[in-house]
Amino acid sequence: MHELTIAQGLLDAISAETAKQNAKPLAAKISCGTLNAINDDSLCFAFEAFAKGTRCERMKLTVEHKPIQGKCRNCNLTFDVELGRPRCPKCSGENFELLPDAPLVLEEIEFQTE
Amino acid sequence: MYKVKISQKILATNEEYALKNRRLLDEKKKLCLNMISSPGSGKTTILKRTISELKNKIRIGVIEGDIQTDLDAEKIRATGAPAVQINTNGACHLSAAQVSSAIEDLPISNLDLIFIENVGNLVCPSAFELGETAKIVVLSVAEGDDKPAKYPAIFAKSKVLLINKIDLLKTAGQVDFDIERAKADARKLNKGIEIFPISAKTGEGMDNWYEWLTRSVKNLRL
Repeated sequence: MHELTIAQGLLDAISAETAKQNAKPLAAKISCGTLNAINDDSLCFAFEAFAKGTRCERMKLTVEHKPIQGKCRNCNLTFDVELGRPRCPKCSGENFELLPDAPLVLEEIEFQTE
Repeated sequence: MYKVKISQKILATNEEYALKNRRLLDEKKKLCLNMISSPGSGKTTILKRTISELKNKIRIGVIEGDIQTDLDAEKIRATGAPAVQINTNGACHLSAAQVSSAIEDLPISNLDLIFIENVGNLVCPSAFELGETAKIVVLSVAEGDDKPAKYPAIFAKSKVLLINKIDLLKTAGQVDFDIERAKADARKLNKGIEIFPISAKTGEGMDNWYEWLTRSVKNLRL
């Protein structure tokens, strides 16, 4: 449900750029880390609700989920952590350092050419 | 059609407030702990007991987050500690801006430790930094030992896990909760997490938690 807050932040950011470009936004790409726990459907639903009646109405949102990474303390490999079964794919070691999760980022916006 | 590269953090406003809170707390050398759990895990009861039993050692203030009512702030004030209630009116988490204004309402010069009791929810609050020193996750045994595996984010981000209501495990068959399983699952993603099984009702295990708190407050003063 925190997607509501995120959708509002996203709409604010897109609206600011839309005013700057003075064009209709068609789509936006977002990226996020695993621990942001973003549910795409919830985010799109909330965004559409907030965007109603604005130039952002009916925009297409694409969310890229970046896997959280770990660094193996045994063999030093940096790898994508599978949350359900976290272990090093090379040495099967379970002792690893969890690296910082990717932040929630508005990557790019696609605008309609007038 | 054309594309514009933005590369902007969506929660930038929240992060600005979180940074502001962190700077203030660092400058004043105050420990600030963000408590996160499901509703009903016993956060308020843990706080009440902690405040009462550490009364002569650590000066504690509380920021209470709830969707509605100031019941929890009243319970805290009954112990003699200052408490500020935030009502989110439906929102599932506290924001750094809300905490920023609540800090202003606390007499922080007279405090060593500020607890933030977040809205009861094991998912959403973990995504919003408040400027806290550390996150404390509370899991009560009645919720089941599979929660660290099912809700990994909050267990990965927390410094301490309090496993509460262990008094319920004393009567055989009342609650099935494998403490070792919960500990092992929490440590899979967070090797350094400190885990204290406690009962805020009977006081069992609370000494280990108090020892950690006392040490953390002392370390901050150095």
